[in-house]
Amino acid sequence: MLKNYLKIITYPVGQSINIMDIKVAIIDYGLGNLFSINNACKLVGLNTIITKDIDVINNADALILPGVGAFGDAMNSLNNNNLTQTIYQFVQSGKPFLGICLGMQLLFSESEEFGSNKGLNLIKGKVVKFPSINNNGDKVRVPQIQWNQIYAEDKNRWKNSPLKDLTEGTYMHFVHSYFAIPEDKNDILTYTEYEGTRYASAVKKDNIINNKKIQNKSQ
Amino acid sequence: MQNIRIIPRLDIKGPNLVKGIHLEGLRVLGNPEDFARYYYENGADELIYQDVVASLYERNSLHEIISRTAKDILIPLTVGGGLRTLEDIRLVLRSGADKVSLNTATIKNPTFISDAANKFGSSTIVVAIEAIKQSDGRYLAYIDNGREETGIEVIQWAQKIEELGAGELIITSVDREGTAEGFDIDLIKSISNVVNIPVIAHGGASTMSNIIDAVQTGNASALAIASIFHYASMKKLLHTDSDNTEGNNSFKNSGKNFSIIEPCNISDVKKLFKDNNIPCRPIN
Repeated sequence: MLKNYLKIITYPVGQSINIMDIKVAIIDYGLGNLFSINNACKLVGLNTIITKDIDVINNADALILPGVGAFGDAMNSLNNNNLTQTIYQFVQSGKPFLGICLGMQLLFSESEEFGSNKGLNLIKGKVVKFPSINNNGDKVRVPQIQWNQIYAEDKNRWKNSPLKDLTEGTYMHFVHSYFAIPEDKNDILTYTEYEGTRYASAVKKDNIINNKKIQNKSQ
Repeated sequence: MQNIRIIPRLDIKGPNLVKGIHLEGLRVLGNPEDFARYYYENGADELIYQDVVASLYERNSLHEIISRTAKDILIPLTVGGGLRTLEDIRLVLRSGADKVSLNTATIKNPTFISDAANKFGSSTIVVAIEAIKQSDGRYLAYIDNGREETGIEVIQWAQKIEELGAGELIITSVDREGTAEGFDIDLIKSISNVVNIPVIAHGGASTMSNIIDAVQTGNASALAIASIFHYASMKKLLHTDSDNTEGNNSFKNSGKNFSIIEPCNISDVKKLFKDNNIPCRPIN
C-alpha cells in the first residue's frame, strides 16, 4: 500500500530518475510512528531522513507528516518547532506531501478532540469522534482497531491516484477514534464504513495525499 | 460487527520464544523471529511480543528482536513486559513497535496510563490484565506475570483503565493460560460488557467451539493465541532453528507433541470464522 503512495510521491520528479536520489523527509515533531514509516519507506528503496530541520525539509523532494497522539498536542508541537510555516511553504511549492493517520487529520480546519483545536486548514473540514452507539442502538467500540476495507468515492479519482493498482475493498489496518469530514466531497479519495458510519479514509487535494490508515503496516 | 483480529502472542525470554503453563514452567520453542515471520505470512492480523521475565527482573531487552522484526514484517506489533517509564515506551516504539502493553507499572501507578496515553496517543497504549479466579468467584488482577496478587478486582480495574485513556485491553486468564482448556468466557464477557474500548481475549484458546464462544458470547474484538499456533508451527520451523542453547531446550529437541494441545493454524481459525459468519480479514 505505502509502496503505491511512494511511487506517486516520486512521480512528478520524473520516472527516469534513480529512486535513491529522491529525498523524502519524514517530519519528526516528537510524536508518531516514525520508525514504522521509515522502515516501510526503506523497504521500497526510498532515501529517507527523519528530521525537524527546516532547511532539510525545504530541500526534500517529498514530505511525510506522520502522527499518533492527540490533535492539540501535535499542533502545539508543530508550532513550537516552527514547522507550521515550513509545511505551508512545502505544500505551496507543489512538491508531493503525504499525511498519515493524525498527520492527515492535522491538515483539516479543526478537530473536536478535547474541546476544539485549530488545524493547518490546508483542507476545509473538521475532525470528529465516532458515535458511541450505532443506529441499532448497539455499543460502538472506540477506537476502531481492525483491518477494514477501502472503497472508491469516485472511480475516476481512484484510477488517477496512487491507489490505481489496488482493487476496491482492499483491507487496511485502522487505529483511530476520530475521522475527518471534508467540506468538499471532491477531496475524498476513499471511504470506509465502521459501525454504520461512512467516513473518508483517504483524501487527495492537489499535491496533498492524506490517508487515515496506518498504511505502512499494510501490504 | 467489526473484523475480529487473530493475534499470535509470542512470549519471549532472552533470545527464545518460550511457552509455559499458567505463565510458568517455560519451555523453549525456537527463534521468535522465525515464528513471527511465519505468522505474518500466514494471515496474522497483528503480533504481540511479551518479554515474560522483564517485569520480574525489571528489564526489557527486546529492542534488537523488535527492530529486526519491524524491518519487514508489516503488521502491527505490540510489545509488553517490564515497561515502567515513558522513556521505556519511547525506546520500544523507536525500535519499531506500534503499540505497547502495560501491566505491572500501571497497578503500582495508575496515572502511568494517562501519562502514556497523553504522550503517545491512546491507540498506542494497551493495558494488560492478568486475572486469577478466586474461591469466592471474583477475579483479581495479578502482576509480575501472574505471580503477585494485587487485591484489585478486575471489572472495576478495567473501567478505570478505560477512564485513564488506554486504547485497548488484553485480558489474560492466568488459570487457563497455556492449558488449552478454553478461554474463560465469563471473564471476557464481564470485561467487554463494561468497557467501550476493544478487548483482546487471551489465555486458554483451545477447541473451535470455545474460540467461537469467545467472540459470540464473550464479545472479544480480538483473540491472542499462543500454544495451539506455536505447536502447529514448530513442526514447520524446527529445521530453520539456530543452535541456541539458552533455556530449557529438551522439549523442542525431543520432537514430541504437547499432548493436551490440539495444534491449529491461523487459517483454520479464519475458516471457522467464515463458517460461523464472524467477519475477519481474509487470508490472501
